[in-house]
Amino acid sequence: MRKTMTSLLAGIGLVLACGTSVYAQDKELTIFWAEWDPANYLQELGNEYEKETGVKITVETTPWSDFQTKAFTEFNAHGDAYDMVVGDSQWLGAGSTGGHYVDLTDFFNKHKVGEVMAPATVKYYAEYPGGSSKYWAIPLEGDAVGWSYRKDWFEDPKEKEAFKAKYGYDLDVPKDFKALRDIAEFFYRPDQKKYGIAIYTDNSYDAMAMGFENALFSYGGELGDYSTYKVDGIINSDKAIAALDAYKELYKFTPPGWAKSFFVEDNQAITENLAAMSMNYFAFFPSLINEASNPNAKNTGFFANPPGPGGDQFAALGGQGISIVSYSKKQEEATKFLEWFIKDETQKKWAALGGYTCSAAVLKSEEFQNATPYNKAFYETMFKVKDFWAVPEYAELLQQLNQRVYPYMIGGEGTAKETLDALAADWNATFKKYGRGQ
Amino acid sequence: MATTMITTLDRTSRAAARGLSDMSIRNLFIIPTILFLIVFNIFPLIYSLGYSFTDFRASTNAPANFVGLQNYRDLLNDPYVWSNFAITAKYVIISVAGQLLVGFGVAMLLNRDIPLKGLITTLLLLPMMLSMAVVGLFWKLLYDPSWGVINYALGLGNFEWLADPKMALYAVALTDIWMWSPFVMLLSLAGLSAVPKHLYEAAAIDRAGPFYTFFRITLPLVAPILMIAVIFRTMEAFKTFDLAYILTSQPTAELISIRLYKMAFQEWQTGRSCALAYIVLIMVLAITNIYVKYLNKVKER
Repeated sequence: MRKTMTSLLAGIGLVLACGTSVYAQDKELTIFWAEWDPANYLQELGNEYEKETGVKITVETTPWSDFQTKAFTEFNAHGDAYDMVVGDSQWLGAGSTGGHYVDLTDFFNKHKVGEVMAPATVKYYAEYPGGSSKYWAIPLEGDAVGWSYRKDWFEDPKEKEAFKAKYGYDLDVPKDFKALRDIAEFFYRPDQKKYGIAIYTDNSYDAMAMGFENALFSYGGELGDYSTYKVDGIINSDKAIAALDAYKELYKFTPPGWAKSFFVEDNQAITENLAAMSMNYFAFFPSLINEASNPNAKNTGFFANPPGPGGDQFAALGGQGISIVSYSKKQEEATKFLEWFIKDETQKKWAALGGYTCSAAVLKSEEFQNATPYNKAFYETMFKVKDFWAVPEYAELLQQLNQRVYPYMIGGEGTAKETLDALAADWNATFKKYGRGQ
Repeated sequence: MATTMITTLDRTSRAAARGLSDMSIRNLFIIPTILFLIVFNIFPLIYSLGYSFTDFRASTNAPANFVGLQNYRDLLNDPYVWSNFAITAKYVIISVAGQLLVGFGVAMLLNRDIPLKGLITTLLLLPMMLSMAVVGLFWKLLYDPSWGVINYALGLGNFEWLADPKMALYAVALTDIWMWSPFVMLLSLAGLSAVPKHLYEAAAIDRAGPFYTFFRITLPLVAPILMIAVIFRTMEAFKTFDLAYILTSQPTAELISIRLYKMAFQEWQTGRSCALAYIVLIMVLAITNIYVKYLNKVKER
C-alpha cells in the first residue's frame, strides 16, 4: 500500500512538473505552415520578434502533400496546438464558415490593412465571401505562377539565327502564348536530351489546376462567376476551350515522363538541363539563383506569365494569408504579433529575409524590385492574379477538375470541348448540392 | 475431488503471498488488450457506420443530417467509383498472381542444397523489410525515363513507365511484386520443406516424371500454405495505398483506397467516405471468406 502511495505521489509530482513547464512557456506562439524555405524565413522573422518582445515564435511545418490534411485534422478536433496558421487561399471558405478562423474584420479596419497590402492579395488571401468586406487573414506570403528560362540557350547566336529562320521573329522572352509554344517546340530535341518546356501536371492537389489557370486567365477565360456560381458557358466557353488546347499543346514539348510534375520536378528541369523554360511559383525561385542548388544559376532568367491571343495577361495565384485559429487560447498574444507583422519595417525585413511581402509600399520600391532577378516579374504579376474557387467545397471542385482535365491532357481522351462541358456539369451539380446560386 | 478448468494457486506459494492469482494475471494481460480493441477498433467501426448514413463533414461545425441510404446510392451510381473498383480488381489479380509465380518459383529454386543458401534467402527477403513509401520513392527514380536505371539497363530509351496511362498500373503492380514476392517465397519454403522426402522417393521408384511429381505431390501438399499467402496478399493488395499514391497520379491507376483518401481527407466528405469504406470492407470480407472456405476444403483433402 505504501509503495502504491509513493508511486502515485511521484506520478502526480511528475505531472505537476510537466504542467508548470507548460505554463512557463505561456509567452510562446505556434504558427503552422508547410515545409518550404519561406517557413524558415518566417522563423527567422519570429526570432526578431522574440528579441523585441520576449514572446517565442515557433513555426511548425509539415510537407506540402499533407499540409491541408494535417491542418484540418487539427481544426476538426478543435485542437489548440497552433495559434496561427498560414493557410492556402482556397481554405478561406472552409476556415471561415467552419468556425476555425477568428474574424479579423475589426483588426483589418482598425489598422487599414486593405490599404497597406496589394489589392489582389487582400481580395484573395483575406476576404470571404468575395466582396463581403469580411476578413479572415492577413496577407503574408504573396505568390503566383511565373516562369524561369535558360538565358544561355536563349542567347546563343546559333540558336537565335535558327529560330529566326524557322519562325520569322527573334528568339527572346516569349511575348505571348504563341511564342511560348514556338520556343517550346524549337528547343524540343529528344535526341539531344533537351526539351522545350516544363509545366505542372500533377493531379493530386492543385498543381494541374494552377497550370491550366495560367493559360485560361491569359486567354481571357474564367472558371465561373464567383458571385452567382454560374459556370455553364464560362468554364466551357470558346476562350476556355482554346486555353485548354493551348496548355495541352505545351505538354507535347515536356521532358519524358512529365505526368506527375509539380514544383520539385519543374525546378529540376532547369537544374538538370532538361528544359528551356519552366513554370513554377515564385516562392521556389530563390533556389534557382543559388549556385549551391542550381549549377545553372548564372544562366537562369525569369519572366511573368505571357499574355494570350487577346492581349489579356493574368497568372494563377498561389500564396497564403496568416489566420488566428479560433481554438487557440492565446488569441490576444497572436493579435499583437500580427500588429507587429504588418508594420512597414517588419515587411521590409520580411522581404529582405526572402519572404514575398504583400505590402504594396515595399513591392513598389526600387530597392525590392532590384533585389533579385525575379522580383520585378513578381511585382508585375502580383497586380494581375486570379485564383481558384474559395468555397468550403473547393476540394471537391478541384477533384472534379483533375478528374476531367487530366485524362484529356495526359491520356488524350476526348476533346477539349467534351472535357470542359463535362466539368461544367460536374460543378453545376456540386454547387446545386450545397445550395449555391441557381 | 472435482477438477476445475482453471487451476487455482497454492495458497502457501510465494506467488500467492504476493497477491497475484492466475485469475488476476489473466485479467492483467487480457483486459488491456480488449479495452484497446474496443477503443481503437470496434468503437470507431460502429461509430463510422452511423456516420455513413449522414451528410457529416468533419471540416465544418455544422451538425450531421441523417440522409438514409443516399451516400450508398450515390456511390454505387458513380461511374468513377466503379472504375476505381475495376482498377483495384485488375491490380489485385496481376499483383497477387505475379507474387505467387515469382515467390513460389524462387522457393522451388531454393529448396535444395546449395552453397550460401541462408545468406541468399536473407538477402532475398530485404525488399519486404523496407517501408512502402521508401520503395515507392526509390522505384519512382528507377522508372524515370530521363535518369532511371531500368530504361538504361534494359535499353528501353525513353519508355514512359508511369506517365503512360496504359502502363502505370502494371508499373505499380511490378513494384508490388518485387516487394512482396519474398513473403510468398518464405511461406512456400516452409511448405516445401515440410513435404515428406519419402513421397518423392516413392515417386522416383514409380518412375513418375517431374511434372507428375510436381502436380500430384508438391503442389497439393503446399497448397494450404500457399492459400494463406494468397489471402494475406489479396487483402493487402486490395488496401494498397502508399505505393500507388507515391508512384503515379494516373486516373488509370487510381485504386479504391486512393479515392477513399481523397474523399475523406482532401474533400472532407466524411459521411460519404465512411459509406465507401464500408463498401470496401464488405468486399474484402466477402473475398476473404471465399478464400477461407476454399482453404478449409484444401486442408480436408
